[in-house]
Amino acid sequence: MLLEGGSVFQVRIHGRGGQGVVTAAEMLSIAAFLERRYSQAFPSFGSERTGAPVVAFCRIDDKEIRLREPIIKPDALIIQDPTLLHQVDVFAGLDPDGYILINTSRSFAELGLGEFASGLWAERLRTVAATELALKHVGRPLPNAALLGSFAALSGVISLAAVAGAINDKFSGKVAQGNIAAATAAYEATHA
Amino acid sequence: MLKQTEGSKAVAEAVGLCRPEVICAYPISPQTHIVEGLGEMVKSGELQRCEFINVESEFAAMSVSIGASAAGARSYTATASQGLLFMAEAVYNASGLGLPIVMTVANRAIGAPINIWNDHSDSLSMRDSGWIQLFAETNQEALDLHILAFRLAEELSLPAMVCMDGFILTHAYERVDIPTQAQVDAYLPAYEPRQVLDPAQPVSIGAMVGPEAFMEVRYLAHAKQLQALELIPILATEFQSVFGRNSGGLVHPYRTQDAETIVVAMGSVLGTIKDVIDELRDDGVRIGALGICSFRPSPLAAIRDALQSAKRVVVLEKSLAVGLGGILSTDVRIALSGLQLLGYTVIAGLGGRSILKTSLHELFRKAGDDALEPVSFLDLNWDVVNRVLERERRSRRSGPIAENILRDIGLVGASIA
Repeated sequence: MLLEGGSVFQVRIHGRGGQGVVTAAEMLSIAAFLERRYSQAFPSFGSERTGAPVVAFCRIDDKEIRLREPIIKPDALIIQDPTLLHQVDVFAGLDPDGYILINTSRSFAELGLGEFASGLWAERLRTVAATELALKHVGRPLPNAALLGSFAALSGVISLAAVAGAINDKFSGKVAQGNIAAATAAYEATHA
Repeated sequence: MLKQTEGSKAVAEAVGLCRPEVICAYPISPQTHIVEGLGEMVKSGELQRCEFINVESEFAAMSVSIGASAAGARSYTATASQGLLFMAEAVYNASGLGLPIVMTVANRAIGAPINIWNDHSDSLSMRDSGWIQLFAETNQEALDLHILAFRLAEELSLPAMVCMDGFILTHAYERVDIPTQAQVDAYLPAYEPRQVLDPAQPVSIGAMVGPEAFMEVRYLAHAKQLQALELIPILATEFQSVFGRNSGGLVHPYRTQDAETIVVAMGSVLGTIKDVIDELRDDGVRIGALGICSFRPSPLAAIRDALQSAKRVVVLEKSLAVGLGGILSTDVRIALSGLQLLGYTVIAGLGGRSILKTSLHELFRKAGDDALEPVSFLDLNWDVVNRVLERERRSRRSGPIAENILRDIGLVGASIA
């Protein structure tokens, strides 16, 4: 698995206010915690307005995390809203060996990212229709849990069980069940 | 119990374990999640025998805390930034009257220009108010310091602020160890007030004091802070024995032995500084850090002791004494008076400006070459500054500075770092 040499794994999540971007980073950190890792999640500290670009960060490590700077060189990017691709430099600082997960039913080529993608590891790039899965399983267009399920399959940094545990930590009852179903469906779609 | 949770939530749980009897709340970012968490605990019955009072302003929050504390209740509130300024008069009253209120300050810049992000301007503006000020480096320390602060404040009958970096700590999810109720009860006895408004034994609190005795009352406030200097290390040692970890104390030295350069700082930036120091140490650079946990009282002797063998001291602070330079660095200079040490003040992170490892590497390299100005500003955009100065030279009606700068650089909050 991925934290070669015990070095920190850094995830940056881009989305829009109201899409659960900050919650996604928090759930990712809880998932890592449940697997007995150290993790740190924090928002970009902006005044988060509905629809405005929002960034949240998550670091995962095998030792205590002391660093407090924002994630400038991510190992992985989760993009919750593909319309951001034309508005924010979401790929800034991405490690050439990094992972990209985009919430869309289209492919990288269809998004106009074919050339960009050719410089990266193809098996580390994935799109998943997370909003559709959320609408189906949760009934609301909140793609974050589905994206974390897909991210578990894509990166192997966290397990699906830990993602489910994190969802149960944040939500309860039907909302938790629906989000776990969405995460599981996204995990399976990504593994397929 | 180990938990992965938000800093504000962890602090709310710790305050709850301290069995507060009155919590006064007025919301202001980035403090709001703390009192929201406590409000939920009171409403759900998880926190018993506690009155949660929604007030109409920060001035009222501190005033009600004063009344509650004078009536013998363990009292807590939280604020930040403009909220702390708005309650300033009552802040001085709480300490002048010697009432052991504990208040979280989720450190945030002061306007204008309005800015919700982190620096230390707010609590440092209350530097001389007579409150104890303890600064947390991590969320674990933030929650621990609240337990320690109630004990310290009540033993001395002095109010205490626990200062934690707004957003950077309050909104960060990280691993914390939440103590048990039994542990907190073992450490923090029931509040035994030195003075209390009790109908059975009536007293008045808050007399007018003329020139014949005002100096003496003020000296006693100073003497109590000096007592706090003695007590803080003792309480930190006791904390260690009950909870099994180091939190609190006056200062936190890090790799200072044999260090030629020592960086002094407060709060969460110490984590980033330590990472940079480890990397520089790997390259053979003799550098260390000194974290200041107790800003007030100022641990002058401990600071001098930790720094006196170094060649140079870099004070990196998230505050600016406009027209002077640093606030913390002024304290450090007093601690070092008479010593021949090179000293540099670095103002950093104002209004939430990210303090980056790359910038610190460059800064510490320059410090090692003694190529720093006496006072410098980390990652200041000189183009922006010079454009404003040029505009002011060109035109009398140059317009509002903040708005002109925003037009120059584009959207607020649009960049990642």
